[in-house]
Amino acid sequence: MTNTWMDIKNANVILVMGGNSAEAHPVGFKWVIEAKAHNRAQLIVVDPRFNRTASVADFYAPIRAGTDIAFLSGVIHYLLEKDAIQHDYVKAYTNASFLVREDFGFDEGLFTGYDEKERKYDKSTWQYELDELGFAKVDETLQHPRCALNLLKKHVSRYTTEVVSDITGTPKEAFLKVCEVIASTAAKDRTLTSLYALGWTQHSVGAQNIRTLAIIQLLLGNIGMPGGGVNALRGHSNIQGLTDLGLLSDQLPGYMNLARDEETSRSAYLEKRTPKPLRPGQMNYWSNYPKFHTSLMKAWYGKAATKDNDFCFDWLPKVDKVYDGLRAFDRMDQGKLSGYFCQGFNPLSSFPNKSKITQALSKLKFLVVMDPLATETSEFWQNHGEYHEVNPAEIQTEVFRLPTTCFAEEEGALVNSSRWLQWHWKGAEPPGECRTDIAIMADLFIKLRDLYRRDGGVFPEPILNLHWPYRMEEEPAPDELAKELNGYALADIPDPKDPSKVQVKSGQQLSSFAQMADDGTTASGTWIFCGSWTEAGNQMARRETSDPTGLGLAPNWAWAWPANRRILYNRASCDPAGKPWDEKRKLIQWDGSRWGGLDVPDFKADAGPDSGLSPFIMNNEGVARLFALDKMAEGPFPEHYEPFESPLGSNPLHPKVIYNPAARLFAGDKAMLGGHEEFPHVATTYRLTEHFHFWTKHAKINASLQPEQFVEVGEELARQLGIANGERVIVRSKRGFIKAVAVVTKRIKALQVGGKTVHQIGIPIHWGFKGVAKKGYLANTLTPFVGDANTQTPEFKAFLVKVEKDHSRGSAGHGQRAEAGKTRGETENASWLVRLLKGKTVG
Amino acid sequence: MQVTRRQFFKLSAATLGGSSLAALGFSPSEVLAEVRNFKLERTTETRNTCPYCSVACGIILYSLGDKAKNAKSEIIHIEGDPDHPVSRGSLCPKGAGLLDFVHSETRITFPEYRAPGASNWTRVSWEWALERIAKLMKEDRERNFIAKNDKGQTVNRWPTVGFLAASASSNEAGYLTHKVLRSLGIVTLDNQARV
Repeated sequence: MTNTWMDIKNANVILVMGGNSAEAHPVGFKWVIEAKAHNRAQLIVVDPRFNRTASVADFYAPIRAGTDIAFLSGVIHYLLEKDAIQHDYVKAYTNASFLVREDFGFDEGLFTGYDEKERKYDKSTWQYELDELGFAKVDETLQHPRCALNLLKKHVSRYTTEVVSDITGTPKEAFLKVCEVIASTAAKDRTLTSLYALGWTQHSVGAQNIRTLAIIQLLLGNIGMPGGGVNALRGHSNIQGLTDLGLLSDQLPGYMNLARDEETSRSAYLEKRTPKPLRPGQMNYWSNYPKFHTSLMKAWYGKAATKDNDFCFDWLPKVDKVYDGLRAFDRMDQGKLSGYFCQGFNPLSSFPNKSKITQALSKLKFLVVMDPLATETSEFWQNHGEYHEVNPAEIQTEVFRLPTTCFAEEEGALVNSSRWLQWHWKGAEPPGECRTDIAIMADLFIKLRDLYRRDGGVFPEPILNLHWPYRMEEEPAPDELAKELNGYALADIPDPKDPSKVQVKSGQQLSSFAQMADDGTTASGTWIFCGSWTEAGNQMARRETSDPTGLGLAPNWAWAWPANRRILYNRASCDPAGKPWDEKRKLIQWDGSRWGGLDVPDFKADAGPDSGLSPFIMNNEGVARLFALDKMAEGPFPEHYEPFESPLGSNPLHPKVIYNPAARLFAGDKAMLGGHEEFPHVATTYRLTEHFHFWTKHAKINASLQPEQFVEVGEELARQLGIANGERVIVRSKRGFIKAVAVVTKRIKALQVGGKTVHQIGIPIHWGFKGVAKKGYLANTLTPFVGDANTQTPEFKAFLVKVEKDHSRGSAGHGQRAEAGKTRGETENASWLVRLLKGKTVG
Repeated sequence: MQVTRRQFFKLSAATLGGSSLAALGFSPSEVLAEVRNFKLERTTETRNTCPYCSVACGIILYSLGDKAKNAKSEIIHIEGDPDHPVSRGSLCPKGAGLLDFVHSETRITFPEYRAPGASNWTRVSWEWALERIAKLMKEDRERNFIAKNDKGQTVNRWPTVGFLAASASSNEAGYLTHKVLRSLGIVTLDNQARV
């Protein structure tokens, strides 16, 4: 989130699209209700289903799954046509006035530079036109046809209300109503906030869904504002932390990344990541990259990392490509992986195409599962009948199942969606022989290090010299690791204002990443966490609840990265002269000599309005990007591409380029995509408020609250297929089938798309074959193995299936009985859900 | 009904001096009959965070046992933390069911091993399991580590063993995991950011 949970209360309009926060983040959603009750905010929901969030919304618009970019591009078109934008903000804080290269273009669904064979773009034309000094050219009058704003205008001109409605299935009036409400926040004293989750990310165009909304928020002047922002409601309790810590194939802590093969020296690597300003006098914060990277190398390799050996630059692996989860399972399936570790992760349930995942795991030499619970993945080799049919004798994988502690039995920090690092304490000893993930990783490492010490081996240096200064080698303590994450001085750090004084003494904790150096005198495990454990102690454990601004910042509760800043880009909450756009939303302001206020300014503290410094300091042009340059895989502007399984089988905008042209599709998976003739129904997966992924089916109370696997089918489709409420259905995709009870509902209506009627069904994901709940089918049996072109997030939210009545004998327990179940005696034996649906919960 | 020595002291301290009570002839069981003994009074409160979604509601764990060295503590109740500025004491149906996760009968409590082709688990010791895993890792690293690519560029990667990292474990666990994995040259690394 750019903003915070509590800040939602400051919004005037709340758009929930690509998520269902009332269901999936119910306690955070209280702040939406707060905004409605006390700020008279309007809540708009755009979703394929009339979901729980929609049920309390002021306005709901249905949409075909996978067409959000068309919808939002239509919104942009509306805003520009009606001139409903925050002009001063757009002009001063975005690249609206920047000129784009003359040879950049877009035609028939493709931007310039496409290589069809490689399914990749040469992005060299996706750049600004530069002057002789290397700065971007701008036209402040915004008249030039190639300034970013005019190019955007041209790009979205195709998304008229008619076109949008034809692609998305959203009725025109509903679409225009949403546009009108969103447009009302172009006023300086009104803001729109956007709450999204996996409903936007799990698409082959997921990252561009979010970019389209970001463009809207920039046009409306809502980024950096209290009650504004682009707010990702993250799923797992520490997924924000794991992302910050860079536990991704090509990442390093703090959004740094590994070198590519061709970057053979530290200097070449650093130079590429230390950008030059693209406009005069910009702060260009990533110019500090060498300091953060060198500090990381000192934290990892200690004394072994010296200037003379390039701070062990070659000790880190280099990447030739990104080895993300989808690629990992594809390589595993090809027999190219020997071993795999699943630490608190259940990929058999959560990666697409379960049968491929099973086949891939069966080709491993060894699998190690570290988890508090008995997961499906740990028993992929066991036969669980119709829910998971395998022959153990044919599977040669060695499997280790290591019991770990759970949250209640360990200490440490988690990063929530608002970037707050909150410390938690241990409440009890774990059961049996459970150990913490820290202890397991440390013990395993010590054992490996001992093997290399004793027997030698390939490239042992990074293993033998890994900096390991912990009191107990086999189990480093959370506080030791937290202090290392923050960072410490390895020599006296002089005060930059008065070098005769020492700012931080050798051995002391750093208090700010501004103190870091690229000469090996500082160490830090994750630069953005610097300030979380200073000489003043553990800042993450702070529990002061006061909120002096009344805007919901709670600045002394826990600690937020970066620098305890609660709202990102908050310099943009003030006009160029340093005065808040809206007095009621005063976070910071220029007092004539300094930036002050109750949030930590996202800016240089003493850079006044006449300094020429622009507010988006992480960008080397200093402003936010309507035109994304070369940062995205499939284009600098968002474009509507159909999901890889499309009910139209074509793209109404450009029939030759139907799908995301830059998305990666592995050879074997192409054949496993289904067509709309065979699989006519659009499916989308989702979550229920009583369950969390595949964990809560291990908790009795949650297993009782939602005991029976079901799918949601609209009334009209159910009527066509002869399915009554509560009957069993089979849902098939090209990759497999699941059986479930049909909940026949008014919540999903058929949509008119491209001249035809499209039916959508909803598939909750929470069942499996392990746990204390009634067994069910893993929903990922159905889903396609294709991901977003930028992030490789699998396309779980829009794919094709065929729904039919389950006539099989196995369904007798539910379907046939329910069918015959017009007699009371029969229904009594049917499932809980069937009885509930029939209004007979007792008996 | 019996009262333990510890409860007696607690109770006495809450009313009058324990010794004076005893001097007046009150026995612990008679005192107990006078005052209702709330279950949570005997517990230790610990601040924690809900491990499910990223709202990160504050929770309070109530455990029996005072965390003394030989006292085995047990969590008997979990509720929302009213001080928490986001959740203000609320929990959703997931968070409200946390006690059943902590005490789930399907939790794993000792290391297990499944041999190639076997159809069952075998209980093993931590030492055996971690030594075997370390041995398998080293064997594979020796065989498949790539020091230089085809072009002769130093790449120092080990692409044949992969890792999925836990997104509900702490920063500290995640950080140590990252540090260890990169020292081995692992590049096949991912987390739940996408699913």
